[in-house]
Amino acid sequence: MSKLRLIIKREYLARIRNRSFIVMTFMSPLLFVLMLTLILWLIQFNTASAEGKVWVLDESTYFEDVLSTQEMQSVKLINQITLSEALAQVAEKEVMGLLYIPKASSVELSAEGAVMYSKNSFSIQMITPFESAIRSKLEEERLRNMGINQAQFDEVTRGYSLKNQNYQGELNLKGINEIKAFIGGAFGYLLMMFIIIYGGLVMRSVIEEKSSRIIEVIVSSVKPIELMIGKIVGTTLAGLTQFMIWICIAFVLFVALFAGLGLGLEGLFQREQLTLGNDSKAFLQISQQLEGYIQAVLQFPWESMAFFFMLFFILGYLIYSSLYAAIGAAVDQETDTQQFMFPIVLPLVFAMYIGFISVFDTPHGDIAVFFSIFPLTAPIVMLMRLPFGIGVNLVEVWQLILSLVLSFTTFLGILWLSAKIYSVGILMHGHKPSLKKIFRWIKS
Amino acid sequence: MKSALVQIENLTKTYQQFRALDDFSIQIPKASIYGLLGPNGAGKTTLIRILNQIIYADSGTILFNGHPLNSEDVSHIGYLPEERGLYRNMKIGEQLTYLATLKGMRVEEAKTELRYWFEKFQIDSWINKKVSGLSKGMAQKVQFISTVLHRPKLLILDEPFSGFDPVNAEIIKNEIIALKNNGTTVILSTHRMESVQELCDRICLIHKSKKILEGEVNELQQRAKDCVYHIRLSINHNRSALEEYISNCKAIFDVHYNGKNEVGLKLKYADQNADIIIKNLLSNSSLLHLEDQIPSVQELFVRNIKQYEN
Repeated sequence: MSKLRLIIKREYLARIRNRSFIVMTFMSPLLFVLMLTLILWLIQFNTASAEGKVWVLDESTYFEDVLSTQEMQSVKLINQITLSEALAQVAEKEVMGLLYIPKASSVELSAEGAVMYSKNSFSIQMITPFESAIRSKLEEERLRNMGINQAQFDEVTRGYSLKNQNYQGELNLKGINEIKAFIGGAFGYLLMMFIIIYGGLVMRSVIEEKSSRIIEVIVSSVKPIELMIGKIVGTTLAGLTQFMIWICIAFVLFVALFAGLGLGLEGLFQREQLTLGNDSKAFLQISQQLEGYIQAVLQFPWESMAFFFMLFFILGYLIYSSLYAAIGAAVDQETDTQQFMFPIVLPLVFAMYIGFISVFDTPHGDIAVFFSIFPLTAPIVMLMRLPFGIGVNLVEVWQLILSLVLSFTTFLGILWLSAKIYSVGILMHGHKPSLKKIFRWIKS
Repeated sequence: MKSALVQIENLTKTYQQFRALDDFSIQIPKASIYGLLGPNGAGKTTLIRILNQIIYADSGTILFNGHPLNSEDVSHIGYLPEERGLYRNMKIGEQLTYLATLKGMRVEEAKTELRYWFEKFQIDSWINKKVSGLSKGMAQKVQFISTVLHRPKLLILDEPFSGFDPVNAEIIKNEIIALKNNGTTVILSTHRMESVQELCDRICLIHKSKKILEGEVNELQQRAKDCVYHIRLSINHNRSALEEYISNCKAIFDVHYNGKNEVGLKLKYADQNADIIIKNLLSNSSLLHLEDQIPSVQELFVRNIKQYEN
């Protein structure tokens, strides 16, 4: 046992002292925040640059008011100019389009005759605001013709929302399933990333020992399986350290960012109130809804979720990282690993798709249940199902236990298999590995 | 023979269809240097790996210091493999301490030993260096230290001199002899026959998974010699009497006379009384040169392999 501790310690220190590891640990959050800032900036830049990109020549003047609202930032209204002159001008300048609305006896006829001239065809996203602006004016006109005022119209089209209760009569929160699915998906994705990053590290560490030829000395002191487990555990601890540091840095950065921009949560609420205007009733409703969501999220079975999350996370990671270790043992160089990578990444990606397709819609349907028990996809799919709760008609206890037992058995099986490949592979040099050869190693 | 540290009996190991060791038995005496010889692919590495418990034999037994070899014994074995290396990005001192503690040594003890060896080789300044900054010969020195640091009872050295310049090879050679004199048992596997001649007390020649020759080096050489004296004489009395005696003596062959009153001849001495013949020869001549022709280890090696093939 003490040998295992020595190996774990060495692996851990070797990882965290590695220069690129240190750089990655401290640079990644920074890069992430930079990227986020860049995206936000680009979005702003895009909206700003769209100003004046579409000219409107409204000879009818019916539509001037709806086309000059705040949302129609890209519009520049022009007048006292003929259509042909306007067309000649927009062709010269960097203008994306020209909306021409002819003078006519009625709003309907003007709208009928309106044309959007453009160099290239407009995207739906670009043309929709103009369509809805014109449509709103038409609706207003038609209502007036029918003798209906706006208040009456609003009364007719008032929205409706169906209450959703469970069988015990408790009110269900709409959209909470999406939140749960999002949390589950985030955990599943986290596990997949963790496996790919740190499984790869385990593999590289095995290859390093092989190619530096120290391996034979090491296995004359310890059993290959001890070395393999030590590597996996040491690398995992290094990975967890990195994750912790990332979370801390991210937390500090976000706090700093909010403080720096003067955007406390209070500020956010105030802005919300402002945009909603004096309609305090609507604001009250929204804030009540928000409170409901927060309460629902707080009511998640966080303790049991955290517990099972840890279990499945560890099991899933162990299953895959021992596979990675076996691959590392089978090859001489990292470039030889490509052919073996695909079979490993495939079930991971598959599990994510199953999660998105099946778990989000029917978290406890047959497909979701099956793949949350099938060992290679279980950790990810089960992590996605867990936020929906444990209990009757939810993630049933027997499913949890079966999934855990199967995953653990699979882990032992794969560990045994990997250890066989490992103990033969680490002493093989200069062999081009093939699946056939590896099967022979397992049989021997 | 001194009592054995390692007794190997009827060891057999097969890889798929290939038999690497076939009913192989040897005894390695304590505090001796035991040479393991044989052509490439004979089964030496397999034997060494079995001794290190990296792989396991199909059948047969190994006794280490009187008890069946078990996993605890790795702490008493130091192994320098032919394909050897170090962690490139680890400091040398740390690395050697790690390897020694893996062999069961306490950290403080390992550090003391480390200082001893570094002073001995005058490489104190390397302790905090990384291996990636060392030359091949320097790295080899560090590897040798890693093999002996935990004071093993049994030292298994596979081609220990490869990569060393003659000066450093000499230093290592002297260290191996010193270790033997302090009671360490050494198994030396090498293709350098001159170092076998110089270092080994006993040798075992392995060929095609079988032991084909084993024993004390001197004894083997004595047993294998042709029993022929190479003699050169200066004729100083009755030349014709000497010539007559030589031509009548059946044990004498390959006679060459040269103009300077000298004669070279070979004398087969096993079945005749060589002392009398030499006395008779010397009654008419004086002795210039007499040599008992002993085959070198190299010759033993080649001769036995050829014999086995036939």
